[in-house]
Amino acid sequence: MNCNVTAAWRASRRGAYMANPCFTQIHPTCIPQSGDYQSKLTLMSESLRNDGRVWVPKSQEDAKAIREGKKTGNDIKEENRDYFLERRYPAFGNLVPRDVASRAAKVACDEGLGVAPTGLAVFLDFQDAIMRYGKSKAHSMGLHNPGDSKIRELGEQVVEEKYGNLFEMYEKITGENPYKLPMKIYPAVHYTMGGLWVDYNLETNIPGLFAIGECNFSDHGANRLGASALMQGLADGYFVLPYTIGQFLSQEIRTPKFDPDAKEFLDTEKDTRERLERMVNVKGNQSVESFHRRLGKIMWDYCGMSRNADGLKKARKMIQELREEFYRDVFVPGAINDYNPELEKAQRVADFFELGELMVVDALDRNESCGGHFREEYQSEEGEALRNDEDYAYVSAWEYKGWDEDPVLHKEELVFENVELKTRSYK
Amino acid sequence: MKLTLKIWRQKGPKEKGRFETYKVEANPHMSFLEMLDVLNEELIAKKEEPVTFEHDCREGICGTCSLVINGQPHGPNKGTATCQLHMRHYKDGDIIVIEPYRAAAFPVLKDLAVDRSAFDRIIQAGGYVSVNTGAAQDGNAIPIEKEQAARSFDAAACIGCGACVAACPNASAMLFVSAKVSHLALLPQGKVEARRRALAMVKQMDAEGFGMCSNVTACEVECPKEISVTNIARLNREYLSSAVASETKV
Ligand code: SF4
Ligand code: FES
Repeated sequence: MNCNVTAAWRASRRGAYMANPCFTQIHPTCIPQSGDYQSKLTLMSESLRNDGRVWVPKSQEDAKAIREGKKTGNDIKEENRDYFLERRYPAFGNLVPRDVASRAAKVACDEGLGVAPTGLAVFLDFQDAIMRYGKSKAHSMGLHNPGDSKIRELGEQVVEEKYGNLFEMYEKITGENPYKLPMKIYPAVHYTMGGLWVDYNLETNIPGLFAIGECNFSDHGANRLGASALMQGLADGYFVLPYTIGQFLSQEIRTPKFDPDAKEFLDTEKDTRERLERMVNVKGNQSVESFHRRLGKIMWDYCGMSRNADGLKKARKMIQELREEFYRDVFVPGAINDYNPELEKAQRVADFFELGELMVVDALDRNESCGGHFREEYQSEEGEALRNDEDYAYVSAWEYKGWDEDPVLHKEELVFENVELKTRSYK
Repeated sequence: MKLTLKIWRQKGPKEKGRFETYKVEANPHMSFLEMLDVLNEELIAKKEEPVTFEHDCREGICGTCSLVINGQPHGPNKGTATCQLHMRHYKDGDIIVIEPYRAAAFPVLKDLAVDRSAFDRIIQAGGYVSVNTGAAQDGNAIPIEKEQAARSFDAAACIGCGACVAACPNASAMLFVSAKVSHLALLPQGKVEARRRALAMVKQMDAEGFGMCSNVTACEVECPKEISVTNIARLNREYLSSAVASETKV
């Protein structure tokens, strides 16, 4: 919950445009869900797909037996496994981009081939990597005819050197040893490529309000690449802002000190106080957490890995109804002047309602499939994303008009001078 | 599994606290904090005040979670933060005592949450390096030996959680400060402020009311990031050399 949209959303409520909110990255290698109480789905580093092979059993019977704990991944013979990324994308195999890998895992699980009790998991298997590394290690050590167990031992050492931390983390969370049993993974929400709209100077449409790093939309387009969020924070902070903010500040040099008793400050304080009081005064019967979970479920089901117009329309209505229910029936314990984490959370969730609705509105506007945004209506016969560069080569920058009014869309056309806009094939 | 929790409840910094007993039904896949979430949801359903505890990343990288569990900061497992502790390490019928960190420099804010801003002020006193913004530096211009980089990295793994303070009978913050000093002292980037860093940080540490180090080394045992006490030796060296070399009075 401490990772939230509050600062950006409050700016957006005061007129800063929110850009590309529907572009959400779903990361393929997360530890699958184990129950309703779960607070997060831990992400395992992407690097695992360098050596791990992603698969599910070919038959639903095998998958069922695994789900029921009657078999493990190791019991499934090679010929009964479907290495679906390698099969569908022979050129890139397990290294296809995140959105493609995620959707493929969803397709496999939707077909009843999932391998966790919830039905929502695929295998990420290191057995081949362990044996391959073991063999080359044995070779480089000059061992002749090492047995399988020696090769495995050496291979596990190499894998431990490369991924030891991640394997340890996996074992801590799941209690399973990934050196012996294939890991189970499932996609989970990871990153929002969208954010506050900024110009090349990283200034929003509100003069003097600069947005740098992850909170702006500027670098990632429809699908972020690995490690580039950190890169963006560094690049914006070290290399861009120092050159651009000075321009703004130079014009402000004679601006006198603000008076904290100015009307703007007093009004804002009053607004804030009223908003907080409104929440604790509802005194309803449902916890903040329960609303957060229900909202999350709506977003995941209708605005997640794949979306369609009907679902999105339905989701928008559901969000509006849930938000009304929230202000009618939420229970926030404690007072507004206490250290009150529940009150804090209530405000974050209130922001999520508004942002969530905007994500849906944006997804509905974008009648194409593009990066992390996959609209079921727009796919090729083989189920791949179909972009529409003719009509949708623009950044959607949304202007907030009030919580019960439709936001207004501003389009920033994407103009390419040195490169040609193309769709990449991973086949 | 059914568990009995004895949790420290305290309304505010100036109020008197006491243990309250709760029953909770947990399952082995839950993390410790998720078990507390479940308890809180039950309390909220009864219109009672939930237990305040701190958390953020829930994967052992931010240092926000804390708690002293059955007398041990971050619970029983080695190299594990509270948020990474799972209930499969407990069994049906267990009684678990959960307290906040106890240290004068970390006053209790509410229930299990303590104020660790003393650490922030120590960092502000010297836990930074100056860098030029503008153009990217040529990486090859600052060669660092691999071993040296690894030592610095190990020290940099400190997440600033404060368990070392909670573990120490003197409530000393030496392990934390030494990790922060070492991380920077071992790299060329840290040389600019080297002459004042250790002095300034130790001065702030003392001002915050942390105790002295008497080489108990309980800190190293409880540290979720397994920061080594050899960093404390390095801090002492840095302190000495900055005391000798310092030009500015700190
Ligand atoms: S040294 Fe270890 S225990 Fe102390 S603050 Fe750092 S990570 Fe926490
Ligand atoms: S919550 Fe971040 S380290 Fe535990």
